[in-house]
Amino acid sequence: MARQSDEAFFWILFSAGGVVAALLIPVQLFLFGLAIPLGWIQPPTYEHLMALVRLPLVRLYLFVLCSLSLFHWAHRFRYTLYDGLRVKHLNEIIFTLCYGGAVVGTIVAAYLLWTIA
Amino acid sequence: MMAEAKPTAARYTEFHPRWYRPNVSVYWWMGQRQYLKFILRELSSVFVAIFVVETLFMLSALKSGPQAYADFQNTMASSLMIALNVICFLFVLFHTITWFNLAPSAMPVRLGGKRVSAFLVAAPSYVAWIVISAGVYWLVTSWSLT
Repeated sequence: MARQSDEAFFWILFSAGGVVAALLIPVQLFLFGLAIPLGWIQPPTYEHLMALVRLPLVRLYLFVLCSLSLFHWAHRFRYTLYDGLRVKHLNEIIFTLCYGGAVVGTIVAAYLLWTIA
Repeated sequence: MMAEAKPTAARYTEFHPRWYRPNVSVYWWMGQRQYLKFILRELSSVFVAIFVVETLFMLSALKSGPQAYADFQNTMASSLMIALNVICFLFVLFHTITWFNLAPSAMPVRLGGKRVSAFLVAAPSYVAWIVISAGVYWLVTSWSLT
C-alpha cells in the first residue's frame, strides 16, 4: 500500500496521463477504431504504418501515450472502486491490480516498440 | 487520527469503536445527476485503458507481419469491436471535455490581480487538441517518406 508521500507521485502520473489521453486518444481511436475499420477513409497500408513506427519519435510518442494513459487509468479506477463501490477493505489488492496492470502494460509497450522495427 | 493516515492499519475486531458515520449505500451516485456524471467521468479511465490494450494488440500485429495486421483489421471491423469502440470513443470525448474544463478550477490564472475567465483558461487546450488531432490525422492518412 502506498505511503502518504507516494500519493503525490502517483497523482502526477495520473495528471500527466490525463493530459496525454485527452489530447491524443480521441483522434487515434477515431482513426483506428472507427474510420479505418468502417471504411470512412482510405486505410493506410501496412508499409505506411511500419514506416511511421520506425521513426524513433513516433515510438517515443506511442510509449508515452500507452504508459501514462495506463497510470492515469490505474489511479482513477482505484479511487472509483474506493468511493464508488465503497470497497476500502480491499485496498491492497486493488492497489496491486491497478498499478501492477499499468506497470505490465508499460513493459509490454516498451518491449513491442523496442523490437518492432 | 492514525486510522485516517494509514487505512490499512485498521483491524476489524469485535470491539472496534463505533464510527459516527452514516452508512452510505453502494449506489450513492445513482440519485443525482452530478454524482452520476462524476462516476461516469471517473469510469472514462476504463475506456482509456481499453484503447491502450487495443493499441498494444495493433503493435503486436504490426510486428508479426502483414498477414497478422490484416487479421487484426478484420477483428477491428467486427460489429462487436465497432460497438465497443463507439462506446470507448464517447467516453474518451467525455474525458477530454471534462479534463479541459477542469483546468480553470484546478489552476486559477490571475493577470493583473484579476482572475482570468474560465473560458480563456480552457480555450488553449481545445486549440492544442484540434492542432494535434489534425497532425496525427495527417501523419496516418497522408504523410509519405518521400
